[in-house]
Amino acid sequence: MKFERKHKISTDIPTASLPDIIFMLLIFFMVATVFKQFSGLKVSLPDAEMVKKIPGSKRHIVTIWIDRNNQVVCDDYKVPKTTNLRNILYEKRVQDPQMIVAMKIDKESTMAMVNDVQQEMRKADALRLNYSAIPGVF
Amino acid sequence: MLLGKRKKVSTEIPMASLPDIVFLLLIFFLVTTTIDAEKGLDLVLPPAQSEELKMAKENIANLLINAAGNVAIDGEIVEIRDITRIIKDRLHQNPLLVVSVKTDKLTQYDTYLDVIDKLKKAEATRISLAEPEEN
Repeated sequence: MKFERKHKISTDIPTASLPDIIFMLLIFFMVATVFKQFSGLKVSLPDAEMVKKIPGSKRHIVTIWIDRNNQVVCDDYKVPKTTNLRNILYEKRVQDPQMIVAMKIDKESTMAMVNDVQQEMRKADALRLNYSAIPGVF
Repeated sequence: MLLGKRKKVSTEIPMASLPDIVFLLLIFFLVTTTIDAEKGLDLVLPPAQSEELKMAKENIANLLINAAGNVAIDGEIVEIRDITRIIKDRLHQNPLLVVSVKTDKLTQYDTYLDVIDKLKKAEATRISLAEPEEN
């Protein structure tokens, strides 16, 4: 049996445009990265059904953690007294009028603390808030 | 004056290592980026020192949550899972309805968020928060 010789097909992938593709990915990730990351407090979030994504960029989010021992942390600052929160939030609000407060509150904490914090937020004119929750299936 | 012939200096930047450098940067940003968005229930607080709005009584639904997690709407004890249905009915009758949520100091946050979730499900957009009961 005689085999015909096949045409020679080029088997190498063109790599000339590889740097361009990588550059594009790089730019995407550079834009998407927010370096502000806070450790916060360890909380177990409640779950809810009607959860929505916080609108807008992550840059506008200020996070307040409240754990079950009633400790309050705002971004990277441990708040000794809830009344201190007013100044902290007010300054953040002045710097960023589009601020949204993400509340990461432990499900075991009581409403007394939550209400105190919310009263301070009202006084600081930080009115847009978002109760962080885990999307649950009901 | 005699000028010696200068050596030709290569003026090109070596480009061979460019992809490697960009790859390195790419991997760095890939690792530092967190794509997962923050999720939750949003709410807008009433501004401070706002004048007490006098509202017609029939436009307010008083929703109370006590320390044990029992819920009452206008004095009537209801189950948490029934809130959506009841508020939806009442919103249907009166689209101007404002739900005023009042909690006890010892109410668990979990219960409170559950109630807010149920109100959101009933498409109640006007939710007002009352200060906790002193006792």
